[in-house]
Amino acid sequence: MIWLTWRQFRIQFLVVAAVILATAVFLAVTGPNLLDDYHRLTTNFIQSLGYERLNPILYRVGQLLLYAVPPVIGAFWGAPLIARELETGTHRLVWSQSISRWRWLATKLGVTGLTAMGITGLLSLAVTWWSDPIDDAINAGQDSNSYLPRLFPPVFAARGLVPVGYTAFAFALGVAVGLVVRRTLVALAITLAAVILVQALTPSFVRPHLLAPTDQYVVASAENIRGFGLSGDGPNPQVTMMEVATGSVGAWKLSDKTVDKSGEAAKLPSWVTACAPAPPGMTQQPTSTADRTACFQRLSDEGYRQHVRYFTANTFWALQWREFGLFLGLALLLCGFSFWRIRRDLS
Amino acid sequence: MTTVLQAHGLGKKYGRRWALADCDLEVPAGHVVGLVGPNGAGKSTLLNLAVGMITPSAGSVEVLSAPAGTQQAKVGYVAQDTPTYSRLSVADHLRLGSRLNPAWDDALAQQRIQRLKLDPKQRAGRLSGGQRAQLALTLGLAKRPDLLILDEPVAALDPLARREFLQDLMEAVADQELSVVLSSHLVSDVERACDYLIVLVESRVQVSGEIDTLLATHFRLTGPRRDQKDLPRDQHVVTASHTDRQSTYLIRTDKPILDPAWTVSQLTLEDLVLAYMGRDVQPERPVLEVQR
Repeated sequence: MIWLTWRQFRIQFLVVAAVILATAVFLAVTGPNLLDDYHRLTTNFIQSLGYERLNPILYRVGQLLLYAVPPVIGAFWGAPLIARELETGTHRLVWSQSISRWRWLATKLGVTGLTAMGITGLLSLAVTWWSDPIDDAINAGQDSNSYLPRLFPPVFAARGLVPVGYTAFAFALGVAVGLVVRRTLVALAITLAAVILVQALTPSFVRPHLLAPTDQYVVASAENIRGFGLSGDGPNPQVTMMEVATGSVGAWKLSDKTVDKSGEAAKLPSWVTACAPAPPGMTQQPTSTADRTACFQRLSDEGYRQHVRYFTANTFWALQWREFGLFLGLALLLCGFSFWRIRRDLS
Repeated sequence: MTTVLQAHGLGKKYGRRWALADCDLEVPAGHVVGLVGPNGAGKSTLLNLAVGMITPSAGSVEVLSAPAGTQQAKVGYVAQDTPTYSRLSVADHLRLGSRLNPAWDDALAQQRIQRLKLDPKQRAGRLSGGQRAQLALTLGLAKRPDLLILDEPVAALDPLARREFLQDLMEAVADQELSVVLSSHLVSDVERACDYLIVLVESRVQVSGEIDTLLATHFRLTGPRRDQKDLPRDQHVVTASHTDRQSTYLIRTDKPILDPAWTVSQLTLEDLVLAYMGRDVQPERPVLEVQR
């Protein structure tokens, strides 16, 4: 049965594996140099990357591939696994051999699913290891516009265990969908769309609930203010929101709301405009430093504070494990569903 | 073991529609059984139930004295349209068979492939319909089952391929000791390959028995018009038709027909099957009531 699974699956496998292996080898070859730069250039490391060509590209390629692998595996390995058999009627050939449906499904799921997880794990290992100097430098506080801390959504799911969890989930979803809709192409499309949707929604709707975030109240000041949200045009803009720095490097901020002295969410009074620098392109006189200091002082005096919720950089692995566990659990549930569904009539 | 297949009150429902309802059936061992019936009689459903591909909604079906689907190794099945993996080669299919069946007879399989002149390297998707059916049959036979079930194996084949397939099946059956159940909606297929007949119409077995016996006990009687009640008790009427002066009966009897008024003629298998199929197919016309 393992032979048959492999025989049916080898082309899809070779296509994906070739891409992943090539990337992994490339990363393995270039990685030591990057690490060397990191040690040599220390605090100028990130800055120096700006003058390089290859390494920034490799960084993006690794990130992109790790986002692409789960939907691709779900759609091209998972969805056709059963759907193609049902579509072409070959399930009736293979089920009339001396092997039970459960063993057949278990072997197919096991061989293909574990391969999928293994190969994603390999790629994730390569990318995580390769990017480690960059992630370290960013988390050590080196400034950059091109590289984000590894806890930020665009990077988080391209590191460590999470891609493996996504792949397991995507694969199991593809199999289950294929078993239900019984059309390869339809199952493939549904799986592709569903997995991409899950990848897009997880950072906002799932990840914040995996761990209790750090709650902090910060008084805004000219030093820690990071930005203002302005509304209204013309010379009299309104400040609708402010953001402050938490002082925690590499942290992922979930929310940043202004509260008044009673701790309730508050609207900012109109005089806060004085705290903000003039919007670009305005002819208005720039607010003087003294004015801004006075404005922040008044905010503080009247009891306005920023309520900030965030994950600190050191929660990275805890979050990774939890998200991996969650999606692995979902994958197992979907497999359970497939085992239940295949017992039913499928003539 | 005297019966290979036994159904009691067997029924299968798809949604609200019964594809097979309240079917009682017995298939004795050691025969090549032809299961004949019009389209939609429930033949495929019955065979799918027998191999455990689907589960009954009502009643039970036993295969080789065990519930259907529990003895996969002993029951060979060639499904409708003889599915094969189009991307796997002929040799791959044989390898599949040897890996998935403990009692696989590789010598038999190889020998058959050679005799059928199938190229082992050829992909199944590029075989002709007849060759594909032969390949599916090879898988079914080399598994060395006690019972081989074929669901309309020749339905999609041209007449020549049809004849070759059935010929080949008969030879294989003669070599191996196994029982075969073969469904078809064509009497000629059954006539060529089978020695036992079951006619299934709307889930009901209309007649079953060895073909030779059936042909020896069924007659067409033609003679002056006579009422059915006046026939001897041992003559069971299958169909009757009358004109003003003449009656034609198709009867089953074990006794010799002594009445000299009848012209007695033998039936062909096709006449016999059509008579049984026609019996129930005649729709019961709704009686229009005259309302005053």
